[in-house]
Amino acid sequence: MPEVTTVPATRPRTSAPARRKPDWVEPILYLTPSLLILTVFVFYPLLRTLYLSVFLTNPLGIPKLFVGLEHFVSALTSGAFLHSMWVSTQFVLYTVPVGILLALCLALLAVKPLRGIKIFQLIFSSPLCISVATGASIFLMMYNPLSGILNYFLSVVGLPKVSWLTDPKVALWAVGFVSIWMRLGFNFVLMLGGLQNVPQELYEAAVVDGANSWHKTRHITLPMLSPTIFFAAVVGVIHAFQIFGEIHIMTGGGPSDATNVVVFQVYQMAFQNWEFGAASAQALLLFLVILVLTYFQFKVGERRVHYQ
Amino acid sequence: MARGGSIINNKSAFGRHLGTGLTYAGLLFTAFLMLFPLFWAVIVSLMRPGEVNQFPPPLWPSDPQWQNYAEVARSVPVFRYLANSLIVSSLVTGGQIVTASLAGYAFSFFQFKWKGFLFALFMSTMMVPWEVTMIPNFLTIRSLNLVSTYPGLVLPFLATAFGTFLLRQFFLTIPRDLEDAARIDGCGRFRFLWSIVLPLARPGLITLGAYTFLSTWNQYLWPLLVTDTKEMRTVQIGIRFLMNEEGQQFHLIMAGVVMFMIPAALLLLWGQKYLVKGLMAGAVKG
Repeated sequence: MPEVTTVPATRPRTSAPARRKPDWVEPILYLTPSLLILTVFVFYPLLRTLYLSVFLTNPLGIPKLFVGLEHFVSALTSGAFLHSMWVSTQFVLYTVPVGILLALCLALLAVKPLRGIKIFQLIFSSPLCISVATGASIFLMMYNPLSGILNYFLSVVGLPKVSWLTDPKVALWAVGFVSIWMRLGFNFVLMLGGLQNVPQELYEAAVVDGANSWHKTRHITLPMLSPTIFFAAVVGVIHAFQIFGEIHIMTGGGPSDATNVVVFQVYQMAFQNWEFGAASAQALLLFLVILVLTYFQFKVGERRVHYQ
Repeated sequence: MARGGSIINNKSAFGRHLGTGLTYAGLLFTAFLMLFPLFWAVIVSLMRPGEVNQFPPPLWPSDPQWQNYAEVARSVPVFRYLANSLIVSSLVTGGQIVTASLAGYAFSFFQFKWKGFLFALFMSTMMVPWEVTMIPNFLTIRSLNLVSTYPGLVLPFLATAFGTFLLRQFFLTIPRDLEDAARIDGCGRFRFLWSIVLPLARPGLITLGAYTFLSTWNQYLWPLLVTDTKEMRTVQIGIRFLMNEEGQQFHLIMAGVVMFMIPAALLLLWGQKYLVKGLMAGAVKG
């Protein structure tokens, strides 16, 4: 199986004899299907969103009145959008570090060369095949305040019942927990792959030098795994900022907007209030936030990550 | 897997056995925790009406009700939803394999003007979150009268930068000499793609296919926007509306959820190794 690696794109070419058609015709033909789709469904909509964001639109999405930057100003000054940004930020901070840490622990357990370990690896990656709708509906049942199994477990150990999805102080954590669980398969697969790529000789050399297992984890495993952790963090932050399905199914943004994450806010603005202009502006602000965050993660991360 | 096993230590045999035992205990415990929601979904799907709403809930169905599955299939078009998701996911998967193969081929086996620019343009689309393009895309699909049709569900996903990038990476590992040899034998460039490059890059195609199928199968927001008839709902939207239609009848809802989960679970069982490769591809420095 070929390794996925980057090979320098420019290679010496055997000098071809003069051809009748210019050399770009054939490759452009190969690119045409993709270019067509990307133009219609990525580049055009991107520009269209920019255009819509400075207009008031009617419910058909037709721009009616030029309003300049008013949508951006009102998004950044009125409470609703900023609140949703804050909710999303909390959600990212809850779910991404915990999710990666748990996945790392699972991977450290499941990398051991034991009989039957493949089965555990399969089980730990199983959330990969659980869709948002599936996971959210199962937890909606388990979180049921009256008959849910989680409150039953709490009562068994003598704790009071929790209103998982109806208590504004708890709801975001409850949704975040579901999201961590569903994301665990992806993160586990990444971490396991990263661990399996650590050259074994490093450990052997360390043991010869008298390292104990903490030394080995701290000075070999974590540095060697840092590119994987970095990747999981970047992708995880982007993913967590785009969370939607869990919210739509489990809380509908409630209670009292405690789980009104930014994509849910944009969705409501566009497809319940039919204010496409304002929604476009908010979507662009989300894009900007993701871009800036990713940029800073790379700025900070590149310095700390140890590449082989 | 021999890795990690060669760690030399001089602990006693007892200590080693204890360590192994503890590891197994940890593995079993975490595996149970992770699978518990799924176990519970299956258990509830076999309960009698109202049994799940008792408190304390019974931890095992008193009398497994297999007919719950038949009942939910009668009240909701379960098989129609499954067929819709299967058709949409297959079309997107097939389409992406075609478009990504062609584009990946152009970016790996050709030198041409603007190549660097076009490649950067492709890759830049990976940065654009879906929410930013969703509103115009919805308006486009609606103005083309494609709401609640398969093309409406499929078209926006027929080409991705990720697929192009993934296949390009696979194609780049194919030795250039092969092409020169084929050229001398009078093999055209499209035939070279078809009969040499694609067969050699089969693991890459399967990886892209498994990854695309699963992510399309699990799509939520787009099918929510562009389906407004019951007949065109995908599985995920079906689950959402199952809850509206069955109210608090969790035994029926879970029977539906379990049925809807099976295809994705089978795909994971079959294609785990390819999926893993797809996910790892993004993580590799490059």
